[in-house]
Amino acid sequence: MSRGGRIALGAWAVLVLAFLWIPLLIIMAYAFNDSTIQTWPISGWTLHWFKEAWNDHEVRQSLWLSVKVGLIATGAALVLGSGAALAIARFRFFGRESISFLLLLPLALPGIITGMALNSFYVFGGISLSIWTIVIGHATFCVVVVYNNVLARLRRTSPSLIEASMDLGADGWQTFRFVTWPVLSTALVAGGLLAFALSFDEVIVTTFTAGAQTTLPIFILDNIQRGQQLPIVNAVVFVVIVLTVIPVIISQRLTHESGLLSSR
Amino acid sequence: MADLAEAGRPPIRAARLRLSAALWRRPWLKASLLLAPPVIAFAVIYLGSLAALFISAFWQVDSFTGKVVHTWTFDNFKTLWEDHTYWRIAGRTIGMAAAVTVTDAVLAFPLAYFMARVAPSRTRAAIFVLVLLPLWSSYLVRIYSWRTILAKNGALNWVLNGLGLPDANIAYTNWAMWIVFSYVWLPFMILPVYAALERIPQNYIEASGDLGARGWRTFRSVILPLALPGIVAGSIFTFSLTLGDFITPALVGGAGSSFIGNVVEEQIGINGNLPFAAAFATVPVVVMAVYLVIAKRLGAFEAL
Repeated sequence: MSRGGRIALGAWAVLVLAFLWIPLLIIMAYAFNDSTIQTWPISGWTLHWFKEAWNDHEVRQSLWLSVKVGLIATGAALVLGSGAALAIARFRFFGRESISFLLLLPLALPGIITGMALNSFYVFGGISLSIWTIVIGHATFCVVVVYNNVLARLRRTSPSLIEASMDLGADGWQTFRFVTWPVLSTALVAGGLLAFALSFDEVIVTTFTAGAQTTLPIFILDNIQRGQQLPIVNAVVFVVIVLTVIPVIISQRLTHESGLLSSR
Repeated sequence: MADLAEAGRPPIRAARLRLSAALWRRPWLKASLLLAPPVIAFAVIYLGSLAALFISAFWQVDSFTGKVVHTWTFDNFKTLWEDHTYWRIAGRTIGMAAAVTVTDAVLAFPLAYFMARVAPSRTRAAIFVLVLLPLWSSYLVRIYSWRTILAKNGALNWVLNGLGLPDANIAYTNWAMWIVFSYVWLPFMILPVYAALERIPQNYIEASGDLGARGWRTFRSVILPLALPGIVAGSIFTFSLTLGDFITPALVGGAGSSFIGNVVEEQIGINGNLPFAAAFATVPVVVMAVYLVIAKRLGAFEAL
Protein backbone atom coordinates (compact mmCIF):
# COMPACT_ATOMS: atom_id res chain seq x y z
CA MET A 1 0.00 0.00 0.00
CA SER A 2 1.14 3.54 -0.75
CA ARG A 3 2.62 5.75 1.94
CA GLY A 4 -0.23 8.21 1.61
CA GLY A 5 -2.75 5.40 2.06
CA ARG A 6 -1.06 4.18 5.22
CA ILE A 7 -1.01 7.66 6.70
CA ALA A 8 -4.69 8.20 5.84
CA LEU A 9 -5.62 4.89 7.49
CA GLY A 10 -3.54 5.75 10.54
CA ALA A 11 -5.23 9.14 10.82
CA TRP A 12 -8.64 7.48 10.54
CA ALA A 13 -7.67 5.03 13.28
CA VAL A 14 -6.62 7.86 15.59
CA LEU A 15 -9.89 9.73 14.98
CA VAL A 16 -12.05 6.67 15.65
CA LEU A 17 -10.13 5.85 18.83
CA ALA A 18 -10.54 9.47 19.96
CA PHE A 19 -14.27 9.16 19.28
CA LEU A 20 -14.33 6.02 21.47
CA TRP A 21 -12.34 7.48 24.34
CA ILE A 22 -13.09 11.20 24.68
CA PRO A 23 -16.64 10.68 26.02
CA LEU A 24 -15.33 8.19 28.60
CA LEU A 25 -12.64 10.60 29.74
CA ILE A 26 -15.12 13.49 29.94
CA ILE A 27 -17.55 11.58 32.12
CA MET A 28 -14.71 10.44 34.36
CA ALA A 29 -13.57 14.06 34.74
CA TYR A 30 -17.04 15.08 35.95
CA ALA A 31 -16.55 12.92 39.04
CA PHE A 32 -14.06 15.56 40.27
CA ASN A 33 -16.28 18.54 39.45
CA ASP A 34 -16.69 20.77 42.52
CA SER A 35 -19.81 22.46 41.17
CA THR A 36 -23.22 20.80 41.43
CA ILE A 37 -24.08 22.08 37.95
CA GLN A 38 -22.70 20.09 35.04
CA THR A 39 -21.09 22.48 32.61
CA TRP A 40 -18.01 22.17 30.42
CA PRO A 41 -15.23 23.10 30.99
CA ILE A 42 -15.08 22.08 34.63
CA SER A 43 -14.40 25.11 36.80
CA GLY A 44 -12.95 23.55 39.96
CA TRP A 45 -11.81 20.18 41.20
CA THR A 46 -12.66 18.17 44.32
CA LEU A 47 -12.67 14.65 45.77
CA HIS A 48 -15.64 15.53 47.95
CA TRP A 49 -18.24 13.55 45.98
CA PHE A 50 -16.46 10.23 46.44
CA LYS A 51 -16.78 10.60 50.22
CA GLU A 52 -20.38 11.68 49.81
CA ALA A 53 -21.14 8.67 47.59
CA TRP A 54 -19.39 6.26 49.95
CA ASN A 55 -21.49 7.51 52.87
CA ASP A 56 -24.73 7.38 50.90
CA HIS A 57 -26.98 4.64 52.21
CA GLU A 58 -28.68 3.99 48.87
CA VAL A 59 -25.38 3.79 47.00
CA ARG A 60 -24.01 1.28 49.47
CA GLN A 61 -27.10 -0.88 49.35
CA SER A 62 -27.25 -0.98 45.57
CA LEU A 63 -23.50 -1.59 45.32
CA TRP A 64 -23.80 -4.53 47.69
CA LEU A 65 -26.73 -5.96 45.73
CA SER A 66 -24.82 -5.62 42.44
CA VAL A 67 -21.75 -7.34 43.88
CA LYS A 68 -23.83 -10.20 45.29
CA VAL A 69 -25.73 -10.68 42.03
CA GLY A 70 -22.51 -10.51 40.00
CA LEU A 71 -20.72 -13.09 42.14
CA ILE A 72 -23.58 -15.60 42.19
CA ALA A 73 -24.35 -15.21 38.49
CA THR A 74 -20.66 -15.60 37.65
CA GLY A 75 -20.41 -18.73 39.79
CA ALA A 76 -23.41 -20.28 38.07
CA ALA A 77 -22.06 -19.26 34.67
CA LEU A 78 -18.68 -20.89 35.38
CA VAL A 79 -20.26 -24.24 36.24
CA LEU A 80 -22.84 -24.28 33.45
CA GLY A 81 -20.74 -22.61 30.76
CA SER A 82 -17.62 -24.72 31.17
CA GLY A 83 -19.65 -27.94 31.31
CA ALA A 84 -21.39 -27.07 28.08
CA ALA A 85 -18.11 -26.02 26.41
CA LEU A 86 -16.39 -29.30 27.41
CA ALA A 87 -19.24 -31.36 26.01
CA ILE A 88 -19.53 -29.35 22.78
CA ALA A 89 -15.78 -29.37 22.15
CA ARG A 90 -15.05 -33.01 23.02
CA PHE A 91 -18.06 -34.92 21.77
CA ARG A 92 -19.99 -35.29 18.54
CA PHE A 93 -23.66 -36.01 19.02
CA PHE A 94 -27.10 -35.38 17.61
CA GLY A 95 -28.37 -31.88 18.36
CA ARG A 96 -24.89 -30.49 19.04
CA GLU A 97 -25.37 -27.60 16.63
CA SER A 98 -28.78 -26.71 18.06
CA ILE A 99 -27.40 -26.69 21.60
CA SER A 100 -24.55 -24.36 20.70
CA PHE A 101 -27.05 -22.11 18.93
CA LEU A 102 -29.35 -22.20 21.96
CA LEU A 103 -26.52 -21.09 24.24
CA LEU A 104 -25.67 -18.16 21.97
CA LEU A 105 -29.29 -17.01 21.73
CA PRO A 106 -29.23 -14.63 24.73
CA LEU A 107 -26.40 -12.77 22.99
CA ALA A 108 -28.09 -12.64 19.57
CA LEU A 109 -31.56 -11.64 20.77
CA PRO A 110 -32.03 -8.09 22.08
CA GLY A 111 -31.70 -7.91 25.87
CA ILE A 112 -35.21 -6.58 26.18
CA ILE A 113 -36.57 -9.87 24.81
CA THR A 114 -34.64 -11.87 27.40
CA GLY A 115 -35.84 -9.49 30.11
CA MET A 116 -39.49 -9.57 29.07
CA ALA A 117 -39.45 -13.32 28.55
CA LEU A 118 -38.10 -13.93 32.04
CA ASN A 119 -40.55 -11.42 33.42
CA SER A 120 -43.50 -13.27 31.88
CA PHE A 121 -42.04 -16.58 33.07
CA TYR A 122 -41.97 -15.24 36.63
CA VAL A 123 -45.46 -13.80 36.36
CA PHE A 124 -46.95 -17.05 35.06
CA GLY A 125 -44.96 -19.15 37.46
CA GLY A 126 -46.11 -16.98 40.36
CA ILE A 127 -42.48 -16.37 41.30
CA SER A 128 -42.08 -13.10 43.16
CA LEU A 129 -39.15 -10.93 42.16
CA SER A 130 -36.08 -11.26 44.39
CA ILE A 131 -32.30 -11.29 44.15
CA TRP A 132 -32.62 -14.76 42.61
CA THR A 133 -34.75 -13.57 39.71
CA ILE A 134 -32.03 -11.00 38.91
CA VAL A 135 -29.36 -13.68 39.22
CA ILE A 136 -31.18 -15.97 36.77
CA GLY A 137 -31.49 -13.10 34.29
CA HIS A 138 -27.80 -12.28 34.51
CA ALA A 139 -26.72 -15.92 34.42
CA THR A 140 -28.35 -16.43 31.00
CA PHE A 141 -25.89 -14.09 29.29
CA CYS A 142 -22.95 -14.73 31.65
CA VAL A 143 -23.07 -18.42 30.66
CA VAL A 144 -22.47 -17.41 27.04
CA VAL A 145 -19.33 -15.46 27.94
CA VAL A 146 -17.77 -18.30 29.94
CA TYR A 147 -18.84 -20.83 27.31
CA ASN A 148 -17.18 -18.83 24.53
CA ASN A 149 -13.93 -18.36 26.43
CA VAL A 150 -13.63 -22.01 27.43
CA LEU A 151 -14.66 -23.25 24.00
CA ALA A 152 -12.03 -21.07 22.30
CA ARG A 153 -9.37 -22.48 24.64
CA LEU A 154 -10.44 -26.09 24.08
CA ARG A 155 -10.40 -25.66 20.31
CA ARG A 156 -6.77 -24.63 20.53
CA THR A 157 -5.70 -27.60 22.67
CA SER A 158 -5.36 -31.06 21.28
CA PRO A 159 -7.70 -33.75 22.65
CA SER A 160 -4.82 -36.19 22.32
CA LEU A 161 -3.36 -34.68 25.52
CA ILE A 162 -6.15 -36.38 27.44
CA GLU A 163 -5.68 -39.66 25.64
CA ALA A 164 -1.96 -39.49 26.37
CA SER A 165 -2.69 -38.92 30.04
CA MET A 166 -5.01 -41.94 30.15
CA ASP A 167 -2.44 -44.06 28.29
CA LEU A 168 0.09 -43.17 30.95
CA GLY A 169 -2.23 -44.66 33.55
CA ALA A 170 -3.89 -41.58 35.00
CA ASP A 171 -7.49 -41.94 36.08
CA GLY A 172 -10.20 -39.39 35.24
CA TRP A 173 -9.57 -37.23 38.30
CA GLN A 174 -5.81 -37.12 37.73
CA THR A 175 -6.32 -36.27 34.07
CA PHE A 176 -8.62 -33.47 35.07
CA ARG A 177 -6.28 -32.22 37.81
CA PHE A 178 -3.02 -32.35 35.83
CA VAL A 179 -4.09 -31.91 32.21
CA THR A 180 -7.53 -30.37 31.72
CA TRP A 181 -7.42 -27.94 34.64
CA PRO A 182 -4.06 -26.28 33.79
CA VAL A 183 -5.26 -25.84 30.22
CA LEU A 184 -8.57 -24.32 31.25
CA SER A 185 -7.81 -22.35 34.40
CA THR A 186 -6.86 -19.03 32.82
CA ALA A 187 -9.76 -19.25 30.37
CA LEU A 188 -12.09 -19.81 33.33
CA VAL A 189 -10.66 -16.87 35.26
CA ALA A 190 -10.90 -14.65 32.17
CA GLY A 191 -14.44 -15.77 31.39
CA GLY A 192 -15.46 -15.30 35.02
CA LEU A 193 -14.04 -11.79 35.15
CA LEU A 194 -15.80 -10.79 31.95
CA ALA A 195 -19.04 -12.33 33.16
CA PHE A 196 -18.77 -10.34 36.38
CA ALA A 197 -18.03 -7.12 34.48
CA LEU A 198 -21.07 -7.76 32.27
CA SER A 199 -23.36 -8.49 35.19
CA PHE A 200 -22.06 -5.57 37.24
CA ASP A 201 -23.29 -2.95 34.78
CA GLU A 202 -26.24 -4.74 33.16
CA VAL A 203 -29.39 -2.64 33.13
CA ILE A 204 -31.90 -3.85 30.50
CA VAL A 205 -32.55 -7.40 31.70
CA THR A 206 -32.36 -6.12 35.28
CA THR A 207 -35.15 -3.60 34.65
CA PHE A 208 -37.53 -6.49 34.03
CA THR A 209 -36.31 -8.88 36.72
CA ALA A 210 -35.54 -6.62 39.68
CA GLY A 211 -38.95 -5.19 40.57
CA ALA A 212 -38.43 -2.70 43.37
CA GLN A 213 -34.83 -3.72 44.07
CA THR A 214 -32.06 -1.33 43.06
CA THR A 215 -28.80 -2.54 41.60
CA LEU A 216 -26.05 0.01 41.07
CA PRO A 217 -26.83 0.57 37.34
CA ILE A 218 -30.54 0.97 38.17
CA PHE A 219 -29.59 3.53 40.82
CA ILE A 220 -27.54 5.41 38.22
CA LEU A 221 -30.30 5.25 35.59
CA ASP A 222 -33.04 6.41 37.99
CA ASN A 223 -31.03 9.40 39.11
CA ILE A 224 -29.95 10.42 35.61
CA GLN A 225 -33.55 10.32 34.43
CA ARG A 226 -34.75 12.41 37.35
CA GLY A 227 -31.68 14.66 37.26
CA GLN A 228 -31.15 14.05 40.98
CA GLN A 229 -27.90 13.78 42.96
CA LEU A 230 -25.86 13.97 39.77
CA PRO A 231 -22.54 14.74 41.55
CA ILE A 232 -22.90 11.52 43.55
CA VAL A 233 -23.89 9.64 40.40
CA ASN A 234 -20.75 10.95 38.68
CA ALA A 235 -18.54 9.63 41.46
CA VAL A 236 -20.31 6.26 41.31
CA VAL A 237 -19.94 6.21 37.52
CA PHE A 238 -16.19 6.76 37.88
CA VAL A 239 -15.94 3.78 40.22
CA VAL A 240 -18.07 1.63 37.90
CA ILE A 241 -15.78 2.42 34.95
CA VAL A 242 -12.68 1.54 36.95
CA LEU A 243 -14.28 -1.61 38.36
CA THR A 244 -15.15 -2.90 34.89
CA VAL A 245 -11.89 -1.88 33.24
CA ILE A 246 -9.70 -3.83 35.69
CA PRO A 247 -11.25 -7.28 35.15
CA VAL A 248 -11.24 -6.75 31.39
CA ILE A 249 -7.53 -5.90 31.37
CA ILE A 250 -6.69 -8.92 33.55
CA SER A 251 -8.75 -11.28 31.41
CA GLN A 252 -7.20 -9.89 28.25
CA ARG A 253 -3.73 -10.53 29.67
CA LEU A 254 -4.74 -14.10 30.45
CA THR A 255 -6.21 -15.03 27.12
CA HIS A 256 -5.38 -12.41 24.47
CA GLU A 257 -8.91 -12.71 23.25
CA SER A 258 -11.87 -10.39 23.11
CA GLY A 259 -13.94 -12.72 25.28
CA LEU A 260 -16.98 -12.01 23.17
CA LEU A 261 -15.98 -13.70 19.99
CA SER A 262 -14.16 -16.98 19.97
CA SER A 263 -11.23 -16.53 17.64
CA ARG A 264 -9.47 -19.63 16.45
CA MET B 1 2.56 -36.58 39.64
CA ALA B 2 2.11 -36.51 43.40
CA ASP B 3 -1.08 -38.46 43.02
CA LEU B 4 0.76 -41.54 41.87
CA ALA B 5 1.79 -41.93 45.51
CA GLU B 6 -1.80 -42.89 46.11
CA ALA B 7 -1.04 -46.20 44.50
CA GLY B 8 -0.33 -47.15 48.12
CA ARG B 9 -4.11 -47.22 48.63
CA PRO B 10 -5.02 -49.79 46.02
CA PRO B 11 -8.77 -50.26 46.57
CA ILE B 12 -9.62 -46.57 46.13
CA ARG B 13 -7.26 -46.17 43.23
CA ALA B 14 -8.64 -49.25 41.55
CA ALA B 15 -12.19 -47.99 41.99
CA ARG B 16 -11.27 -44.64 40.52
CA LEU B 17 -9.59 -46.28 37.55
CA ARG B 18 -12.63 -48.48 37.00
CA LEU B 19 -14.87 -45.44 37.13
CA SER B 20 -12.66 -43.54 34.67
CA ALA B 21 -12.58 -46.49 32.33
CA ALA B 22 -16.34 -46.87 32.54
CA LEU B 23 -16.82 -43.22 31.68
CA TRP B 24 -14.24 -43.44 28.90
CA ARG B 25 -16.08 -46.38 27.34
CA ARG B 26 -19.38 -44.50 27.54
CA PRO B 27 -18.66 -41.05 26.12
CA TRP B 28 -22.40 -40.36 25.86
CA LEU B 29 -22.67 -40.68 29.64
CA LYS B 30 -19.87 -38.17 30.20
CA ALA B 31 -21.30 -35.81 27.61
CA SER B 32 -24.75 -36.03 29.19
CA LEU B 33 -23.37 -35.36 32.66
CA LEU B 34 -21.60 -32.25 31.38
CA LEU B 35 -24.46 -31.03 29.24
CA ALA B 36 -27.49 -31.82 31.35
CA PRO B 37 -27.28 -28.91 33.82
CA PRO B 38 -26.76 -26.09 31.27
CA VAL B 39 -29.13 -27.53 28.71
CA ILE B 40 -31.89 -28.24 31.20
CA ALA B 41 -31.48 -24.80 32.75
CA PHE B 42 -31.60 -23.14 29.35
CA ALA B 43 -34.38 -25.26 27.94
CA VAL B 44 -36.63 -24.81 30.98
CA ILE B 45 -35.90 -21.24 31.97
CA TYR B 46 -34.85 -19.53 28.75
CA LEU B 47 -36.90 -21.35 26.14
CA GLY B 48 -39.75 -21.68 28.62
CA SER B 49 -39.65 -17.92 29.10
CA LEU B 50 -39.60 -17.23 25.38
CA ALA B 51 -42.57 -19.56 24.96
CA ALA B 52 -44.43 -17.86 27.81
CA LEU B 53 -43.76 -14.52 26.19
CA PHE B 54 -44.98 -15.67 22.81
CA ILE B 55 -48.13 -17.25 24.18
CA SER B 56 -49.02 -14.22 26.27
CA ALA B 57 -49.05 -12.11 23.11
CA PHE B 58 -52.34 -13.84 22.29
CA TRP B 59 -53.92 -13.06 25.65
CA GLN B 60 -55.20 -9.77 26.95
CA VAL B 61 -55.66 -7.68 30.04
CA ASP B 62 -59.07 -7.22 31.57
CA SER B 63 -59.62 -3.47 31.50
CA PHE B 64 -61.48 -3.47 34.86
CA THR B 65 -59.38 -5.77 37.00
CA GLY B 66 -56.05 -5.23 35.24
CA LYS B 67 -55.46 -8.98 35.36
CA VAL B 68 -54.23 -11.05 32.42
CA VAL B 69 -57.13 -13.01 30.92
CA HIS B 70 -56.25 -16.34 29.32
CA THR B 71 -58.57 -16.19 26.33
CA TRP B 72 -57.04 -16.52 22.90
CA THR B 73 -57.30 -13.39 20.80
CA PHE B 74 -55.56 -11.54 18.00
CA ASP B 75 -56.67 -8.19 19.41
CA ASN B 76 -53.17 -7.07 20.37
CA PHE B 77 -51.89 -7.65 16.87
CA LYS B 78 -54.99 -5.98 15.42
CA THR B 79 -54.39 -2.86 17.51
CA LEU B 80 -50.75 -2.78 16.45
CA TRP B 81 -51.67 -3.25 12.80
CA GLU B 82 -54.35 -0.58 12.75
CA ASP B 83 -52.67 2.16 14.77
CA HIS B 84 -50.26 4.18 12.65
CA THR B 85 -48.31 5.28 15.72
CA TYR B 86 -46.98 1.77 16.15
CA TRP B 87 -46.00 1.55 12.51
CA ARG B 88 -44.06 4.78 12.89
CA ILE B 89 -42.34 3.56 16.04
CA ALA B 90 -41.40 0.24 14.46
CA GLY B 91 -40.18 2.04 11.34
CA ARG B 92 -38.10 4.44 13.42
CA THR B 93 -36.56 1.58 15.39
CA ILE B 94 -35.68 -0.55 12.37
CA GLY B 95 -34.51 2.46 10.34
CA MET B 96 -32.25 3.59 13.17
CA ALA B 97 -30.84 0.06 13.54
CA ALA B 98 -30.01 0.04 9.83
CA ALA B 99 -28.48 3.55 9.87
CA VAL B 100 -26.36 2.72 12.91
CA THR B 101 -25.18 -0.54 11.36
CA VAL B 102 -24.05 1.22 8.17
CA THR B 103 -22.38 4.04 10.12
CA ASP B 104 -20.49 1.60 12.32
CA ALA B 105 -19.36 -0.47 9.33
CA VAL B 106 -17.99 2.68 7.67
CA LEU B 107 -16.25 3.86 10.84
CA ALA B 108 -14.92 0.42 11.74
CA PHE B 109 -13.58 -0.90 8.46
CA PRO B 110 -10.58 1.43 7.95
CA LEU B 111 -9.60 1.10 11.62
CA ALA B 112 -9.88 -2.68 11.47
CA TYR B 113 -7.88 -2.69 8.25
CA PHE B 114 -5.19 -0.53 9.84
CA MET B 115 -5.04 -2.90 12.84
CA ALA B 116 -4.93 -6.09 10.81
CA ARG B 117 -2.68 -5.20 7.90
CA VAL B 118 -0.77 -1.97 8.51
CA ALA B 119 0.03 -1.44 12.19
CA PRO B 120 3.11 -3.08 13.74
CA SER B 121 2.20 -5.78 16.26
CA ARG B 122 2.74 -3.64 19.38
CA THR B 123 0.48 -0.88 18.06
CA ARG B 124 -2.05 -3.50 17.07
CA ALA B 125 -2.13 -4.96 20.58
CA ALA B 126 -2.55 -1.48 22.06
CA ILE B 127 -5.44 -0.60 19.72
CA PHE B 128 -7.05 -3.96 20.49
CA VAL B 129 -7.17 -3.11 24.20
CA LEU B 130 -8.34 0.44 23.45
CA VAL B 131 -11.30 -1.01 21.50
CA LEU B 132 -11.97 -3.76 24.00
CA LEU B 133 -12.24 -1.55 27.09
CA PRO B 134 -15.12 0.62 25.84
CA LEU B 135 -16.89 -2.53 24.65
CA TRP B 136 -16.93 -3.98 28.14
CA SER B 137 -17.34 -0.75 30.08
CA SER B 138 -20.83 0.19 31.12
CA TYR B 139 -22.98 1.16 28.20
CA LEU B 140 -25.32 3.10 30.46
CA VAL B 141 -22.38 5.25 31.52
CA ARG B 142 -21.37 5.86 27.92
CA ILE B 143 -24.89 7.01 27.00
CA TYR B 144 -24.93 9.26 30.06
CA SER B 145 -21.62 10.74 28.96
CA TRP B 146 -23.15 11.85 25.64
CA ARG B 147 -26.09 13.34 27.48
CA THR B 148 -23.66 15.70 29.21
CA ILE B 149 -21.62 16.33 26.05
CA LEU B 150 -24.64 17.28 23.94
CA ALA B 151 -26.28 19.39 26.66
CA LYS B 152 -26.57 23.14 26.17
CA ASN B 153 -23.54 23.85 28.38
CA GLY B 154 -21.76 20.68 27.34
CA ALA B 155 -18.42 19.93 25.76
CA LEU B 156 -19.71 19.90 22.16
CA ASN B 157 -20.98 23.47 22.21
CA TRP B 158 -17.83 24.56 24.06
CA VAL B 159 -15.70 23.20 21.20
CA LEU B 160 -18.00 24.69 18.54
CA ASN B 161 -18.03 28.12 20.21
CA GLY B 162 -14.27 27.96 20.53
CA LEU B 163 -14.11 27.49 16.76
CA GLY B 164 -16.42 30.48 16.31
CA LEU B 165 -19.40 28.32 15.35
CA PRO B 166 -22.93 28.58 16.78
CA ASP B 167 -24.42 26.03 19.22
CA ALA B 168 -25.46 22.70 17.79
CA ASN B 169 -28.88 22.06 19.25
CA ILE B 170 -28.99 18.33 18.67
CA ALA B 171 -29.60 17.20 22.25
CA TYR B 172 -32.80 15.14 22.52
CA THR B 173 -33.23 14.58 18.79
CA ASN B 174 -32.97 11.63 16.42
CA TRP B 175 -29.52 12.92 15.45
CA ALA B 176 -28.41 12.56 19.04
CA MET B 177 -29.71 8.99 19.12
CA TRP B 178 -27.92 8.20 15.87
CA ILE B 179 -24.58 9.46 17.27
CA VAL B 180 -24.99 7.72 20.60
CA PHE B 181 -26.07 4.37 19.15
CA SER B 182 -23.21 4.45 16.64
CA TYR B 183 -20.87 5.27 19.50
CA VAL B 184 -21.94 2.59 21.96
CA TRP B 185 -22.02 -0.30 19.50
CA LEU B 186 -18.93 0.62 17.45
CA PRO B 187 -16.52 -1.80 19.21
CA PHE B 188 -18.92 -4.67 18.44
CA MET B 189 -18.34 -3.95 14.76
CA ILE B 190 -14.58 -3.33 14.92
CA LEU B 191 -13.62 -6.66 16.50
CA PRO B 192 -15.26 -9.11 14.06
CA VAL B 193 -14.17 -7.06 11.03
CA TYR B 194 -10.63 -7.04 12.40
CA ALA B 195 -10.74 -10.81 12.97
CA ALA B 196 -11.94 -11.40 9.40
CA LEU B 197 -9.32 -9.11 7.86
CA GLU B 198 -6.53 -10.61 9.93
CA ARG B 199 -7.35 -14.07 8.61
CA ILE B 200 -6.81 -13.16 4.95
CA PRO B 201 -3.49 -14.74 3.94
CA GLN B 202 -0.96 -12.23 2.62
CA ASN B 203 -0.27 -14.36 -0.46
CA TYR B 204 -3.88 -13.95 -1.66
CA ILE B 205 -3.16 -10.26 -1.99
CA GLU B 206 0.18 -10.92 -3.64
CA ALA B 207 -1.47 -13.37 -6.05
CA SER B 208 -4.06 -10.76 -6.94
CA GLY B 209 -1.23 -8.30 -7.67
CA ASP B 210 0.62 -10.90 -9.72
CA LEU B 211 -2.50 -11.42 -11.80
CA GLY B 212 -2.42 -7.74 -12.66
CA ALA B 213 -4.97 -6.29 -10.24
CA ARG B 214 -4.29 -2.79 -8.98
CA GLY B 215 -4.93 -1.76 -5.37
CA TRP B 216 -8.62 -0.92 -5.79
CA ARG B 217 -9.37 -4.04 -7.80
CA THR B 218 -7.68 -6.24 -5.19
CA PHE B 219 -9.66 -4.51 -2.49
CA ARG B 220 -12.98 -5.00 -4.26
CA SER B 221 -12.45 -8.54 -5.54
CA VAL B 222 -10.33 -10.12 -2.80
CA ILE B 223 -10.34 -8.23 0.48
CA LEU B 224 -13.95 -7.06 0.64
CA PRO B 225 -15.55 -10.45 -0.14
CA LEU B 226 -13.35 -12.13 2.47
CA ALA B 227 -14.10 -9.43 5.04
CA LEU B 228 -17.86 -9.54 4.41
CA PRO B 229 -18.62 -12.35 6.91
CA GLY B 230 -16.91 -10.26 9.59
CA ILE B 231 -18.94 -7.17 8.72
CA VAL B 232 -22.15 -9.21 8.80
CA ALA B 233 -21.14 -10.76 12.14
CA GLY B 234 -20.59 -7.28 13.56
CA SER B 235 -23.86 -6.07 12.11
CA ILE B 236 -25.73 -8.79 14.03
CA PHE B 237 -24.65 -7.01 17.22
CA THR B 238 -25.17 -3.43 16.08
CA PHE B 239 -28.54 -4.23 14.54
CA SER B 240 -29.88 -6.41 17.34
CA LEU B 241 -28.65 -4.18 20.15
CA THR B 242 -30.20 -1.06 18.59
CA LEU B 243 -33.43 -2.90 17.87
CA GLY B 244 -33.94 -3.87 21.50
CA ASP B 245 -32.73 -0.73 23.23
CA PHE B 246 -34.85 1.64 25.26
CA ILE B 247 -32.25 3.38 27.41
CA THR B 248 -30.75 5.52 24.63
CA PRO B 249 -34.13 6.90 23.47
CA ALA B 250 -35.05 7.54 27.10
CA LEU B 251 -31.82 9.39 27.91
CA VAL B 252 -30.85 11.25 24.73
CA GLY B 253 -33.94 11.01 22.50
CA GLY B 254 -36.53 13.75 22.65
CA ALA B 255 -40.30 13.74 22.80
CA GLY B 256 -41.67 11.55 20.03
CA SER B 257 -38.52 9.48 19.62
CA SER B 258 -39.84 6.33 21.27
CA PHE B 259 -38.54 2.97 20.16
CA ILE B 260 -40.29 -0.39 20.28
CA GLY B 261 -38.41 -0.96 23.52
CA ASN B 262 -39.85 2.17 25.14
CA VAL B 263 -43.42 1.17 24.33
CA VAL B 264 -42.78 -2.34 25.60
CA GLU B 265 -41.19 -1.09 28.80
CA GLU B 266 -44.03 1.34 29.45
CA GLN B 267 -46.68 -1.29 28.80
CA ILE B 268 -45.08 -3.63 31.31
CA GLY B 269 -43.79 -1.18 33.90
CA ILE B 270 -46.60 1.37 33.98
CA ASN B 271 -49.71 -0.19 32.41
CA GLY B 272 -49.03 -3.77 33.44
CA ASN B 273 -50.14 -4.87 29.97
CA LEU B 274 -47.76 -7.77 29.36
CA PRO B 275 -49.81 -9.28 26.49
CA PHE B 276 -49.67 -6.10 24.42
CA ALA B 277 -45.96 -5.62 25.14
CA ALA B 278 -45.33 -9.22 24.13
CA ALA B 279 -47.21 -8.74 20.88
CA PHE B 280 -45.13 -5.69 19.99
CA ALA B 281 -41.93 -7.49 21.01
CA THR B 282 -42.55 -10.10 18.33
CA VAL B 283 -41.57 -7.42 15.78
CA PRO B 284 -37.85 -7.27 16.73
CA VAL B 285 -37.79 -11.04 17.22
CA VAL B 286 -39.12 -11.68 13.72
CA VAL B 287 -36.80 -9.05 12.23
CA MET B 288 -33.83 -10.63 14.04
CA ALA B 289 -34.84 -14.13 12.96
CA VAL B 290 -34.88 -13.05 9.31
CA TYR B 291 -31.60 -11.21 9.82
CA LEU B 292 -29.92 -14.25 11.39
CA VAL B 293 -31.03 -16.51 8.53
CA ILE B 294 -29.53 -14.10 5.99
CA ALA B 295 -26.38 -13.72 8.13
CA LYS B 296 -25.94 -17.49 8.27
CA ARG B 297 -26.16 -17.66 4.48
CA LEU B 298 -23.43 -15.02 4.23
CA GLY B 299 -21.15 -17.08 6.46
CA ALA B 300 -21.28 -14.72 9.43
CA PHE B 301 -21.54 -17.53 11.99
CA GLU B 302 -18.14 -18.87 11.04
CA ALA B 303 -16.76 -15.36 11.55
CA LEU B 304 -18.18 -15.06 15.07
